[in-house]
Amino acid sequence: MKRFLRRQRALADYTLAALARRRVKNISLVAIFALVVFVVASAMLFSTALRHEAEATLEGAPELIVQNLVMGRHDMIEGSVAETLAGIRGVTRAEGRLWGYFYDSVNGANYTLMVPRDPGLVPGPGEAIIGEGIPRVREMGWDSAPLFLSRHPGDLVRFDVAERISSQAALVSADLILIGEDDFRSFFDLPQGVYTDIAVSIRNPREIDTIVDKAGALLPAARFITRDEIIRTYRKLFSWREGIMVALAGAAILAFAIFAAEKASGLSAEEAREIGILKAIGWDMTDVIAMKLWEGALVSVGAFLLGTVAAYLHVFLLDAGLFAPILKGWSVIYPDFALTPMIDGVQLTALFFLTVAPYVAATLVPIWRTAAADPDEVIR
Amino acid sequence: MRPRVYRRSDMAFGLIALGLAALALAGGHAALSRGASQARLAETAALVRAAGLTDLALFTEARYTRNPAMADLHTAFQDNPMAFEHFPSGTFAPRPASFGAGALGFDPAEVAR
Repeated sequence: MKRFLRRQRALADYTLAALARRRVKNISLVAIFALVVFVVASAMLFSTALRHEAEATLEGAPELIVQNLVMGRHDMIEGSVAETLAGIRGVTRAEGRLWGYFYDSVNGANYTLMVPRDPGLVPGPGEAIIGEGIPRVREMGWDSAPLFLSRHPGDLVRFDVAERISSQAALVSADLILIGEDDFRSFFDLPQGVYTDIAVSIRNPREIDTIVDKAGALLPAARFITRDEIIRTYRKLFSWREGIMVALAGAAILAFAIFAAEKASGLSAEEAREIGILKAIGWDMTDVIAMKLWEGALVSVGAFLLGTVAAYLHVFLLDAGLFAPILKGWSVIYPDFALTPMIDGVQLTALFFLTVAPYVAATLVPIWRTAAADPDEVIR
Repeated sequence: MRPRVYRRSDMAFGLIALGLAALALAGGHAALSRGASQARLAETAALVRAAGLTDLALFTEARYTRNPAMADLHTAFQDNPMAFEHFPSGTFAPRPASFGAGALGFDPAEVAR
């Protein structure tokens, strides 16, 4: 065993000396390889973390949302529907939700105005609880600076800021303005008794489907959105985003694949000569193959480790700065959020085998042919 | 005693070990920060519950991006976040030329200025 290890170490030494002879070329190879791993691993870590964040926070979302559809579009719903829904067995609570959007023509941002469901969270008349992003885009200098909203030229509505929502919750509240029901109705000129949609609380989550069936029979025109569907929407969304980011990196990956295959598989005349000499001085075919295996393994494992660690730092310590513009799109408010650092072992293993294995394989195949040939023939 | 010989493999294995250690450190960091994150996630979930929220404030650019779960059945972005238009014909419809000029003021004259 000891003999075997010593032999392998000597082979590794030899390989490294051979790599060092083409230092610039090999260092740049590792760097490009690491860059490719970095992009893919960043996309993977980032979307996994976002998916986790969405699933964990949206656990608190209402079990069921009932929307009214008029002419195929979402419309206001009558408050009396909540009573109908509350009558279904298994429903603990059904109440109207009031929320809407406000386009701020001052800075082009969209805010979400909402009346909180929990009465304990409802601010007093003329007051608002605002999310982390609003003071940022409105440049509200001090903590108690009031918020002015203008619905049309000449109009100005003042809200005193009762509280700023902690930036810890920015991912769900960056653009949120929580106000009381009376303020909401007067701000949007909304009649009494109508709501944006109805939030339904259901005691036993396993009954949700049955309750949706029953409610569907009572309200044939309504649209029902369960919490599961909400979470599924996000799961899909982030998987898609991850796919897009990987696809954007696709051209680079392809270019690298060609480069690596060319480098690894197409033996230069010099390398073939080297192998010929090794064989001529008594190296075994297995030695030559082991030596090349070491080359492939050192390059690809090194690049994998470099790329993965850099991706972790990028996503969790530098807040995925390179991806923010892709996610941001045309938004004016973008939440300043932290992600829960996490590493998915299965994903990491998949990435390892997708990067290391093909490279090692690509180095090995052409060597086989050369190593099997007669040294005299190869050197010539 | 034999003199210590410099071997390239020492450095290479050292670097690989360093990389593995960094990866393990990242794993440790992820495990350690779970506690603090749990508190933050619980706080966020409590806000979601209290306010009755359904969506993340990640994409605030349009209705159907701010609340993809609540959007109309065939709105763009609902199924595919990069599909700004859901149907091929939407490609030909331009976005509005003007979003209106915005200004903030206490009276119409100020706004007009």
